Amino acid sequence: MSQKSNLKKLKRNPSAGFHAKPTRAKSTERAISWMFRLGTYFILLCASVIFLTIIYKGSQTVFQASFPFVNIEFLTEAPQTLHVFEYEGEQMELSDSNFRVFEEERGVEIDSTTYAYSGGGIWPCIVGTVLLVIGAMTIALTLGVLSAIFLSEYSKPGKTLNAIRLSILNLAGVPSVVFGIFGLGFFVLAGPIFSFSPFEGYDIRFWPLPIYFGFVGWNVSLIAGCFTLAFMVLPIVISASEESLRAIPQGLREASLALGASKWTAIRTNVLPYAMPGILTSSIIGVARVAGETAPIMFTAAYAMRDQLPWQGLEKWSDFFFQGVMALPYHIYVVSAKIPQNEYTERMQYGTAFVFLVIVAGIALSSILLRIRMRKKYRW
Amino acid sequence: MSLLTHNLTAKTSQQTTQSMASKPSGPSRPLIRVSDFDFFYGEKQALFDINMEMRENEVTAFIGPSGCGKSTLLRCINRMNDLVEVARIGRGKIEVNDADIYDPRVDTIELRKRVGMVFQKSNPFPKSIYENVIYGLRIQGINKKSVLDETVERCLKGAALWEEVRDRLDTSGMSLSGGQQQRLCIARALAVEPDILLMDEPCSALDPVATAKVEELIHSLKDHYTIVIVTHNMQQAARVSDKTAFFYLGKLIEMGKTDEIFMSPKNEQTEAYISGRFG
Ligand SMILES: Nc1ncnc2c1ncn2[C@@H]1O[C@H](COP(=O)(O)OP(=O)(O)OP(=O)(O)O)[C@@H](O)[C@H]1O
Ligand SMILES: [Mg+2]
Repeated sequence: MSQKSNLKKLKRNPSAGFHAKPTRAKSTERAISWMFRLGTYFILLCASVIFLTIIYKGSQTVFQASFPFVNIEFLTEAPQTLHVFEYEGEQMELSDSNFRVFEEERGVEIDSTTYAYSGGGIWPCIVGTVLLVIGAMTIALTLGVLSAIFLSEYSKPGKTLNAIRLSILNLAGVPSVVFGIFGLGFFVLAGPIFSFSPFEGYDIRFWPLPIYFGFVGWNVSLIAGCFTLAFMVLPIVISASEESLRAIPQGLREASLALGASKWTAIRTNVLPYAMPGILTSSIIGVARVAGETAPIMFTAAYAMRDQLPWQGLEKWSDFFFQGVMALPYHIYVVSAKIPQNEYTERMQYGTAFVFLVIVAGIALSSILLRIRMRKKYRW
Repeated sequence: MSLLTHNLTAKTSQQTTQSMASKPSGPSRPLIRVSDFDFFYGEKQALFDINMEMRENEVTAFIGPSGCGKSTLLRCINRMNDLVEVARIGRGKIEVNDADIYDPRVDTIELRKRVGMVFQKSNPFPKSIYENVIYGLRIQGINKKSVLDETVERCLKGAALWEEVRDRLDTSGMSLSGGQQQRLCIARALAVEPDILLMDEPCSALDPVATAKVEELIHSLKDHYTIVIVTHNMQQAARVSDKTAFFYLGKLIEMGKTDEIFMSPKNEQTEAYISGRFG
């Protein structure tokens, strides 16, 4: 058959010349593609079940049918004991503080069934988690960007560098509870303390300066938690930063240097600003992920219950960092595993999980918006 | 206008001042001198025993087939090769204004301010045109508006770009066309007021019109700068340069007045290359 007639035939019927009937190979191909497809759908199904359950049950706690539609108490109060009782033929549920006011106003003493942690709200947990995230982010970004700049801009390639990279990668594979134990050992029990006045257990006085120093530990505290979380995100921050730095064209560095910039000036003016969007987004998402971990803060920062908010009742400013905080993931753990379960605790669990989900999604979303904004500003 | 870096000895800088004072009289003096220069990338030798001089206010063209070491030598003159991990000098030295630039006391920052460079691939910063031009001043801590404004206008005019961009100095340097970008890079290099301008195939990515503009520019810059240009374009070398150096396999084969190299090359390899018989 001549080429021309072949072409004509193809135009009329594109599959001419191929098998019209499905062959064995074709059906195997289809079966395999379905296998992949089903796997993906299954994951999708699981994810939606998880999310929808949390959203459905959680929103019942967080939102309400009557004005102001949001459960203000849940978002602004500390967890309290819930009193369930019958008053003048009506079934009532009140958190501890409201229950007392109720009793006082009416001048009666009421018998009630109490459920621990099932009243009030989760405001201190929200505060604690936000503080942990900010602190961990600050520490991880500082250390991570410093070391990424060293690794990708200053160090000489070789065995040592590979060893360093490998160990950083391995750090990413360490289970979170191990980080928790590490934080307990290094920060809670043996964190270094500097002070202008002598304190119990100090080792060194920097004589004649009035500075005292000792590894006496930070106790269970916000700062111990921040450092522990920071060490967990470090591998993410470092590899993200290195990747972002590598993506900056070498031409920009050379051009700066050729104009009389020092190496650091070139990095500061023509590498870091353009790498920063990438560094920030990946790091923020990394922090959002570790913020969800319970194990690392369980021994280092989290209190099951604390009446005061972190800024209340401070004797000196440093106390802010050296106090334990409540945190969302730990609170979920406490209300789900540490207290007797009933319908009232379930509301707390799902409400907390829902708020937590919203916060994490918010962090991730803001990092994406940040990236879009910064990308627009610095485009090459 | 001393080429010398701060760290070099007082004696040399005195000599420089004297020689600068007696500058315009007589034939121009050699500003860059390469002597017995061997250069390696790791084990691989890229330059073999280079000896040459480039004179003040002259344009020197480097020609030769790809991979013969033109860029390598050029990047040695402002120590850009320091960035290459495996780069290493085997033997010999390069002097700029009679000062050995590989002396450990040399401050590379000062050297690179004196010896500007324009790269083959135009690489404007992703900043405004204005900021691109004054980058070299900003990093020296010069922030006075009047000085900066004056520099921008002078350098953009110097690079024959002023008329095209005067109304949009705030737009990104990346938004310019390839030829405009390359001229912006030249303007940026001029702002630092170097004595020497190294250009590595500055026109390789440009169309004939833009190329002509850059060539014109090189002509006009010659009065104030010493220029070394790498080019694959024989016509271009013939048009813009006073001296031409032909490299082959890491060796300097022949160097001389451009007319003489093109009209009557002494070496047959040079002749073969120029007439297009290889490379
Ligand atoms: N960074 C580097 N590391 C190792 N070898 C290199 C490096 N840069 C260049 N070389 C080698 O040195 C030799 C000379 O390269 P160079 O870039 O100086 O050539 P060139 O004359 O500029 O070529 P072209 O005309 O293609 O730009 C080549 O063989 C090249 O492979
Ligand atoms: Mg080259």
